[in-house]
Amino acid sequence: MISEMGFAVLIVLYAVGALGSLVFHKHNKIANVWQSFFGIIVACWGIIFSIGAFVLPTNLVFTADWSIFPLLNFSFNLDKLSTFFIFTISLVTLFCSIYGLGYIKHFYKKYDIGLLGFFYHLFIVGMLLVVSASNGLLFLVAWEIMSIASYFLVVYDRNEPDNIKAGFLYLVMTHIGTTFIILALLLMYRFTSSFDFLVIKASADLIPATFKNIIFVLSLVGFGTKAGIIPFHIWLPSAHPAAPSHVSALMSGVMIKTGVYMIIRLFFDMLPPTQLWWGVVVLIIGAVSAVLGVLYALTEHDIKRLLAYHSIENIGIILLGLGSALIFLVLGNLPVALFSLGAALFHILNHAIFKSLLFLSAGSVINQTHTRNMEKYGGLIKRLPRTALFFLIGSMAISALPPFNGFFSEWMTFQSLLVGLASTSILLKSVFIFATISLAVTGGLALACFVKAFAITFLARPRSSEATHAKESDLALSVAMGSLAVICLFFGLFSGYLSSWFLAIASSLQSLVVTTVYPISDKLVTPSGSGSVSALLFFIIFVGTALVVVILIKYIINQNQKIKIGATWDCGVNLGSRTEITATGFARSIVLIFAGILRPSTQQDIEYHDSEIRYLPKSKIINFSTDDVYRSYIYQPLKKGIAVLALSAKNIQSGNINIYVFYILIALIVASLLV
Amino acid sequence: MIIFIGIIQAFFVPAVSPLFIGLIKKIKARFQNRQGASVFQSYRDIWKLLHKDEVISSDASWIFRLAPFIVFIVTVIVGASIPLFTTVFKQLLTSDLLIVIYTLAGGTFFLALAGLDTGSAFGGFASSREMTISALAEGSFVLSLFTVALIIGSTNLFVIADSKNILFNNFFLPTILAFFSFFIVMLAESGRFPFDNPATHLELTMIHEAMILEYSGKRLALMEWAAANKFFILAALGANLFFPWGIAQNLNLLPVAIGVIVVLVKIIIMCLVVAFIESVTAKFRFFRLPDLLITSIVLSAVAISLIQKI
Repeated sequence: MISEMGFAVLIVLYAVGALGSLVFHKHNKIANVWQSFFGIIVACWGIIFSIGAFVLPTNLVFTADWSIFPLLNFSFNLDKLSTFFIFTISLVTLFCSIYGLGYIKHFYKKYDIGLLGFFYHLFIVGMLLVVSASNGLLFLVAWEIMSIASYFLVVYDRNEPDNIKAGFLYLVMTHIGTTFIILALLLMYRFTSSFDFLVIKASADLIPATFKNIIFVLSLVGFGTKAGIIPFHIWLPSAHPAAPSHVSALMSGVMIKTGVYMIIRLFFDMLPPTQLWWGVVVLIIGAVSAVLGVLYALTEHDIKRLLAYHSIENIGIILLGLGSALIFLVLGNLPVALFSLGAALFHILNHAIFKSLLFLSAGSVINQTHTRNMEKYGGLIKRLPRTALFFLIGSMAISALPPFNGFFSEWMTFQSLLVGLASTSILLKSVFIFATISLAVTGGLALACFVKAFAITFLARPRSSEATHAKESDLALSVAMGSLAVICLFFGLFSGYLSSWFLAIASSLQSLVVTTVYPISDKLVTPSGSGSVSALLFFIIFVGTALVVVILIKYIINQNQKIKIGATWDCGVNLGSRTEITATGFARSIVLIFAGILRPSTQQDIEYHDSEIRYLPKSKIINFSTDDVYRSYIYQPLKKGIAVLALSAKNIQSGNINIYVFYILIALIVASLLV
Repeated sequence: MIIFIGIIQAFFVPAVSPLFIGLIKKIKARFQNRQGASVFQSYRDIWKLLHKDEVISSDASWIFRLAPFIVFIVTVIVGASIPLFTTVFKQLLTSDLLIVIYTLAGGTFFLALAGLDTGSAFGGFASSREMTISALAEGSFVLSLFTVALIIGSTNLFVIADSKNILFNNFFLPTILAFFSFFIVMLAESGRFPFDNPATHLELTMIHEAMILEYSGKRLALMEWAAANKFFILAALGANLFFPWGIAQNLNLLPVAIGVIVVLVKIIIMCLVVAFIESVTAKFRFFRLPDLLITSIVLSAVAISLIQKI
């Protein structure tokens, strides 16, 4: 079954899932069960298929020859990189579909459930085709399926006017990105006369170096827009929160990685030799995106926007791995290049898991409290104990605390940067110092941000009546979140075994072909052996120490002491929800420290009892916000420029037919001269 | 023999750390012309608290009950994983510098959560301040240790402590700069002057003390003990990574005994410096602390850029 048939079955079953949901769209329950059932079954098959295809000795390359267009071939190439992404997509889809079974219920009678299923499945098919297509035009078709389907999912909750706006911004930005991608593909076609990725790969030498540089810039902008790198990220924090939570999980967990997939595909596989400055640019973009992403996350008190900004941060960390890999590739240090790319791939998988876990838990909270505003939460750990535990595990994983998975991919990234710090060139050294500082500070800030996210949401006292009356979510939701939490721990504990898998993927790419066999062991080791870490040993020591300490403290020293339940010290005031710290207050000091970047603004509105004599204020409103510098300094001027250009272009349209005939004449003369 | 030394290594930090907190208090008292409490007072405090009843806030959740154990266990594990008096545990796979830093960060994570859990405004703001400081401190923590890792060519702490040539040749300046950077981190992470006043109970200024304000009994004892451990761990890292003299390189009794004495002497010197700083300076205003931490990051960055390997 691990053949082209298997892949066809995968796609066809998703199509059946999509169409079936449409057929049953009148019956909420059937449509829900149908789409979730197909989501679960097909995702399981996707996991089995991708593992099977991964261990095959050769790549699965096949073409379906029922194409009626000359350049569009339905050709697929499932190499190790593709199967890795199919695995990641299927894994996240599996748990999102289980989650959907319970989560979709609250859309009953509000929206069309069948439509949700249709676009959900179409979206997944789009992503699967994107990572397996081996033809430029097929790739573009798949890319559009993925983008359009996700657009409809973003605007699914259409009664909210903000969601429509977010969807529109997403649609515009994603198509600006697609324009750049089309340009890059056309440039490749211009020199290799083919859209087939394998042909382009074989004849990449025909592309002159200058044009390779142009292709690099175009595709970095194009795919970077999808991946959400700064400054092309502005759609991401509004679009991801707008979608239903299990779709947010898919968008943040895997969709933005398709952009990273193509960056790897193009620069490690199709277009070598790499230029040094490509790596430097990717490294700097990664460093900037990581720090700014986490800083913007700190300013947020909308839980899903906060998580969306963390996606930007993590894309930054992935790019740090990719950038170092590109640099080491040029420097000829292949083992370290492999290791860095392995770090990036590991972080792609890890981020897919813990980010979907966090989005799913956030969805479970939002489902109960009906708001995304964290200031209205509080004390939910007593009302949603399972969700709280899973969110805690997700927070620890994303903050890179051992022994969860996030730490080990960041460890690998840190180790690659450390090798870069030893480089002799001043320029490279300073770039690596910058990258290391940003990664280290990002780690600290992410920890602060997740203390905020977890504590303000789940700890202390409820801040609204919705939070007071919240109840634990459905079993289906808990199963999905719990499994992801377990995977977070397992992928951490077995990081040593997994790392050889990532190195195998990396070494299958054209520019990194190495025949060395990597030993499989329980520990992660750097290529030069300068550092090693074992998650299993750490875990065993942790559990052992914990047992000793708890037995010693609880049962030997402290035998008959009592625990009394009292009230928090209140200084004589009654403690209510208004005496607790808020999310805004928690992050305020960090926001003020980084005021130069974040540009916080404070706005005070005071209303007086008597507008003539301003002594007695009736009410005071203080508004904390941060400026959207990208909108006001990049996108607004761009928009104005385009408007001015359009206005001046209007002048040639006089409405007089004679003028238009004259234009045609000029065009003919110019054309004949050129030919 | 190795098992015996291993047991000493595992219990060394929790066993001696309260002594040095008492020592700093004693030195500070002498600076103020007071007699001061005995240096063993910290042990008595911990012992007393361990046998007291507890009061736990009704607003608190299991995070509040669990956090002291996590915070304490984390310091015990890290204490066993760092070079103290011998470098023979090079094969220990938890002694990588990054896992040490991030494990300590895990302790900070739970400490801050516990501060927020009771819904008290003191705990909340203290956690906010603690996370602000530690977010920046973590950056220079990684960078300053990366400097020595880069010189030695290994991220294993035992290997770094094992090499004696770190202060010689052209590595002298980078090592010293990185040490100053690390020293600032040490003060920040262990809540000493000018970052935090460990003796204060003035609500507006305290950070660490306000986070553990709601604790009592054995959980308070664990929190205090963990803070002492953390200070000792940071002091030992500073003493053994940047000034790796006297540390035993084998398991013979004499070098190990010398190693124990040397590390204690080095940490006593560190305590003297810390107590001196606490006696002659005032605590900084909160928004001046980032300047100090960013100075620390810059020092490490300069140190790294100065390393030229042939």
